[in-house]
Amino acid sequence: MIKHLLSAADLDAVTATQIHDIAAEMATVAGREVKKLPTLRGRTVVNLFYEDSTRTRTSFEVAAKRLSADVVNFSAKGSSVEKGESLKDTAWTLQAMGADAVVIRHPASGAPHRLTHWVHGSVLNAGDGTHEHPTQALLDTYTMRSRMGKVEGLNVAIVGDVLHSRVARSNALLLHTLGAKVTLVGPPTLVPPAFGSLTPSLGVSYDFDSVLPHADVVMMLRVQKERMNAAFFPSSQEYYKRYGLDSARLRRMPDHAIVMHPGPMNRGVEIAPEVADSPRSTIVEQVANGVSVRMACLYLLLGGRS
Amino acid sequence: MSYLIRNVSVLGGAPVDLVVRDGVIVDSADGTEEVMDGTGLIALPGLVDLHTHLREPGREDAETVLTGSRAAALGGYTAVCAMANTNPVADTAGVVEQVWRLGREAGLVDVQPIGAVTVGLGGEKLAELGAMADSAAAVRIFSDDGMCVHDPRLMRRALEYVKAFDGVIAQHAEEPRLTQGAQMHEGDVSARLGLTGWPSVAEEAIIARDVLLAAHTGARLHVCHVSTAGSVEVIRQAKARGVRVTAEVTPHHLLLTDEAVGGSIEGTAPYDPVFKVNPPLRTAEDVEALRSGLVDGTIDVVATDHAPHAAQDKECEWAYARPGMLGLETALPIVLHTVGDALGWDGIADRMSRTPARIAGLDEHGHTPVPGSPATFTLIDPQARFTVDPAALASLSANTPYAGMELPGKVVATFLRGKRTALDGKAAA
Repeated sequence: MIKHLLSAADLDAVTATQIHDIAAEMATVAGREVKKLPTLRGRTVVNLFYEDSTRTRTSFEVAAKRLSADVVNFSAKGSSVEKGESLKDTAWTLQAMGADAVVIRHPASGAPHRLTHWVHGSVLNAGDGTHEHPTQALLDTYTMRSRMGKVEGLNVAIVGDVLHSRVARSNALLLHTLGAKVTLVGPPTLVPPAFGSLTPSLGVSYDFDSVLPHADVVMMLRVQKERMNAAFFPSSQEYYKRYGLDSARLRRMPDHAIVMHPGPMNRGVEIAPEVADSPRSTIVEQVANGVSVRMACLYLLLGGRS
Repeated sequence: MSYLIRNVSVLGGAPVDLVVRDGVIVDSADGTEEVMDGTGLIALPGLVDLHTHLREPGREDAETVLTGSRAAALGGYTAVCAMANTNPVADTAGVVEQVWRLGREAGLVDVQPIGAVTVGLGGEKLAELGAMADSAAAVRIFSDDGMCVHDPRLMRRALEYVKAFDGVIAQHAEEPRLTQGAQMHEGDVSARLGLTGWPSVAEEAIIARDVLLAAHTGARLHVCHVSTAGSVEVIRQAKARGVRVTAEVTPHHLLLTDEAVGGSIEGTAPYDPVFKVNPPLRTAEDVEALRSGLVDGTIDVVATDHAPHAAQDKECEWAYARPGMLGLETALPIVLHTVGDALGWDGIADRMSRTPARIAGLDEHGHTPVPGSPATFTLIDPQARFTVDPAALASLSANTPYAGMELPGKVVATFLRGKRTALDGKAAA
């Protein structure tokens, strides 16, 4: 078993499927009256968050607590980090406190990689800059498997601000590993040609409408309005017209196709409210599945090695 | 002190005896005080670095003029040009004279300060270029290195102004609007690592603009640390048109590629900030073009861009790490390793001593060690190989990307005007 989970590229198909299988078992815990397993009793999991992310932090926290781990939430805000403490010094502090696993969210790409040099425990990347978010890819593929029955052979369109999206990178890598076909869709400013080299079979398209009829899964990405100011696209309206997922586009998707979004959404910018709320949307499921998948990751990284 | 160095090969020629007395090389060995065996050694004119960061004043925890001078002497250098991005910035006669005097006191290499082009490297107002030129430091090279003089009007004025004292503007070519937030070379590796890209065109566009300005003004332009194949081509075309442009390449851009950032080198991990440098490491195609450009003379010199950084400025997240790596003590071995055969000893002497000395106006440097010339030279053992140990380097900092790498060629001794400044890995002071 791998010691750290830094990138979706760390996962082979067997390991990813194993995580999915364990997640399916973990999901049953959520339905019990006592939502707790003793698996990680006595283990300490630190949530080290240098960026605000209530959704991801809470998901990891719930996952760790359901496995009976002791959870420490370390937020950079109001901490020694704000006083200038380095990541290395923070890591040493966590090490001294006996952290068995550190879940890190950081605005700098590669920060989790750097952290592995300074702590003995497992490091889980909960999102680093514009690099990766591997547990999101695991929960997304788990959701696809739950809805579609498989991942292998699916046509997945990842649409929007690919350039700045850690979700897109991790999904592209893991979906390739699991045998899906991925097409990155968006304006050339947000889907540079270099992204075509991420995996051997990756497609790039600037024409959303031509991709839609062949997509089994359409994964919409959040588009930040400040990108408009940086001239990545002229206006929200133009973006929505060319790359937004509205009802008309939803109708052009195959009947079985689903709509995904990692959240948080910009309704009316990349996705229409009625599409986000439609039965074909998996957005709420993704959140629920996140806890199960993160339980599976913590179990494998910590429990699996005990 | 006088020396007799027996059987040494000057620029790879037949073995001769070199006699050093009173700061010059003389014919007669009568009465020499120390005899050295030079069998198998190559004598080169003392190396001259057009691009060194000595960090003093301001960051004496990373390097001082003295420690940087030691590193230079051990690397075979007899003169280094100290970049202006110190704290305070070397943008006045006072600061450049301070650096110059510290170099004199260290006494190991000639430290020639570079003056800032603009006040505080701010890119808005010309610094007192004439006062720096007239100072004891006699500044001839001006650069805002680390920052680009990106305002075309200011760049034009700077080029025009320094013509009055045969100055040269050394440009850090980087269009800042194209490199906002940039962390490494823009390409496949940056896409994979999720690091904002520094596109080649940001360098090439400024060089293209600047050679046109140099042509328009008739002034001397020097392009710092050229890093892309496109830049080499722009400079090649400019030279063909007779523009007064010279250019430098660093040893690390002759050897390393952006793949190193992804952890491609054995023993390294992804995102290791030791590989963070500005301009960034580029692709294998760029490296090939830089080597060809150096060999055919499009690129005039090798300059180290020696950039020492304290441990805390590198042992952190990639995005927060300062760009730059050490260079003085490993430059010659890297050049031997990458283009040694293609250049030959005379070519190395040209790219690492004669031409940089000429560009900087350092008349006492760049002379082949023959009778009648200044005893300012370096002795190399071309057969020796050594493994780079960061802890063993003379620099106060340890940010070398070559740790553990075995490199060819070892500097055995360095002489500055007859004073032996380094011998067998030890500096004279």
